[in-house]
Amino acid sequence: MDTISQSFALALHMVAHLDPRLAAIVGLSLAVSVTSTLCSAVIGLPLGAAIAIGRFPGRGPVIVALNAAMGLPPVVVGLVVYLMLSRAGPLGELGLLFTPPAMVIAQTILIIPIIAALTRQTVEDAWTEYREQLQSLDASWLQSTLTLLWDTRWSLLTVLLAGFGRAAAEVGAVIIVGGNIDGVTRVMTTAIALETSKGDLPLALALGVVLITLVMALNVGAHVTRQWARARLG
Amino acid sequence: MGDVEISVQGLPIVASRVDVVRGSTLVLDGVDVAIAPRSRTFILGANGAGKSTLLRVLHGLIEPTRGRVTWGAFATRPRGHAMVFQRPVLLRRSAAANLLHALALCGVRGREARRRVDQALTSVGLEAMAGRPARVLSGGEQQRLALARAWALAPEVLFLDEPTASLDPPSTRAVEAIVNDIHALGTTIVMTTHHLAQAKRLADSIVLLHDGHVAEHTDAVAFFREPGSAAGRAFLEGERL
Amino acid sequence: MKSMMQGAMALVVYSLVTIGAHAEQPFIVVASTTSTEQSGLFGYLLPAFEKDTGIAVHVVAVGTGQALDIGRRGDADVVFVHDKAAELKWLAEGNGVKRYPVMYNDFVLIGPQSDPAHVAGGKDIAAALKTIAAAKPPFVSRADKSGTYSAELRLWKAAGVDIASAKGPWYRETGSGMGPALNTAAAMDAYILADRGTWLNFHNRGHLAIVVEGDKRLFNQYGVMLVNPAKHPNVRKELGQKFIDWLVSPHGQDVIAGYKINGEQLFFPNAGTDS
Repeated sequence: MDTISQSFALALHMVAHLDPRLAAIVGLSLAVSVTSTLCSAVIGLPLGAAIAIGRFPGRGPVIVALNAAMGLPPVVVGLVVYLMLSRAGPLGELGLLFTPPAMVIAQTILIIPIIAALTRQTVEDAWTEYREQLQSLDASWLQSTLTLLWDTRWSLLTVLLAGFGRAAAEVGAVIIVGGNIDGVTRVMTTAIALETSKGDLPLALALGVVLITLVMALNVGAHVTRQWARARLG
Repeated sequence: MGDVEISVQGLPIVASRVDVVRGSTLVLDGVDVAIAPRSRTFILGANGAGKSTLLRVLHGLIEPTRGRVTWGAFATRPRGHAMVFQRPVLLRRSAAANLLHALALCGVRGREARRRVDQALTSVGLEAMAGRPARVLSGGEQQRLALARAWALAPEVLFLDEPTASLDPPSTRAVEAIVNDIHALGTTIVMTTHHLAQAKRLADSIVLLHDGHVAEHTDAVAFFREPGSAAGRAFLEGERL
Repeated sequence: MKSMMQGAMALVVYSLVTIGAHAEQPFIVVASTTSTEQSGLFGYLLPAFEKDTGIAVHVVAVGTGQALDIGRRGDADVVFVHDKAAELKWLAEGNGVKRYPVMYNDFVLIGPQSDPAHVAGGKDIAAALKTIAAAKPPFVSRADKSGTYSAELRLWKAAGVDIASAKGPWYRETGSGMGPALNTAAAMDAYILADRGTWLNFHNRGHLAIVVEGDKRLFNQYGVMLVNPAKHPNVRKELGQKFIDWLVSPHGQDVIAGYKINGEQLFFPNAGTDS
């Protein structure tokens, strides 16, 4: 109990004084997770929408596989990406290992299934509502996909947040491909892991408080946005 | 619509020996029907008789399990037929944007599109709502907006699936007036309804469905005066006016 | 609402710029052990090196085994570990250029205040371990391919204990770094072998304290090696060699000696000796 109250006090102190090392770690965490979410969205949104609307052989198994892939263990993804990016591996020439882009790659792989699967669900629900009307209007498959993606944009915002939350919270992938290098690839979760292993539990918990607060703030912002959108656009 | 031509390329719509099977149910059974150009054809029948299904088959949304449908000389549905559903399906954008979206889907953009949108909205009395989000409009307004969307497309045939079923009497009358206006410009109307008085007011031709097949297809005045089939008589008797 | 959108856009732009930015400053990647980082040595040493040379050092701190593996794969420029036998083997396999001894510290045997095996205060590590193997109190082992674990195995052998057969439920193999293993030992009130540097910087001690120290066999030598540029052309060999030269230079050795926790020196420079 004492450790926990110590941590809250420490967390407040660090934030109030804009501790520069904390700022750097928080900044990098956001940069990595936001970039990963964007990259995953570029692939996952159209992929999910295409599966939602499309009718092709094997569609059922594809959906099951996509849902299952949401549970990919981060540490396994991290290991595979590490082996790919290592100098001894196929993509070693790129020299990306132990850099932030490597962390983005690992997290993107991790959250594409989440974004695609949840998009599929969202778009499929909308498709049952819109299908006949769009068919009546002679919309092509591509036009329908774009229309649905735009029309469900506020629900998709929630999907993106789910992906972001997963990215911001994971440590297994980024610690392996990033190396937790001080000042270069250290993010909130890997810093927490490090401070815990050093036995500095109050600091680790304080970082945890900051991380949770950040993710919650983003969720609140998105919720407010959705309420506004619902009121305005119905 | 003014200077926009309504061609009759896709008419008449002819359904030949159409069967539609859903699951293990035979919804439509050997349906033969021809929709004449410029007519106002109403499809009537009891619940479950297959009205909505036939409407969708004629519009090309449902493929017959057996039999075929032709649109004029075409074996596949041509562009330029529109449909209004019982519950209007509108996008999460403004009223005008909904119309622009539909026009863009058939390649009409820019000034021509905006002109058609303004005209259509005015014709249904929604010009003041152009910038409002479509989904915050009332039920009656939304249905009129759906009609405006169809109007802007200048369709050759307009299908309507019980468009006034969930509307109050004033909105119902407004919708009926719009349907008549669209018809006056040359559009063929094919509509289903539960409301016999409505059919009596608007139809010039009646298709009566009974257990999935066409029991009668006659002139509306003749039908309501004296139905030619036993099914027709039973139907009118069962629906006290 | 509009400000929230603008905030979101700003966040996106910031993120992309941060990730896309290229390091302007020259840097090397050093694969090292958890003990050198967690003792706080690198936090003290590397800024001094950067100030002198303008070269940044990116440290990937993992266990000795993993650090050598990273070097073998060519993902680091320099390795800095503390397991002479493993280092020489690594060199023999052609992974590195030359081994330079840099500094040493010592291991200490940590144990609970209750000291169920009655080894506290002793100066003979072999005797203490022999007693522990007989008394079987809880004992935490890192059981990873770390320098500390290799040292632990050597000491069991020196004590005449065949740990592979002697181990039982009392011997807890965590497979983790020094810090997490200490956390586990503190929670279990167990004995554990640790390097003094990590111990001095460790705050979650519970009821643990040093019970045996000072035995010459607890000596822990650190060595630094350049990864073989012939095998991995991408190795930053000039910058890496500068780092090594700085570490073994009189100035670098002074800086190492200058690192203290609570007035106590942690690492003892011994470059140039045959260690």
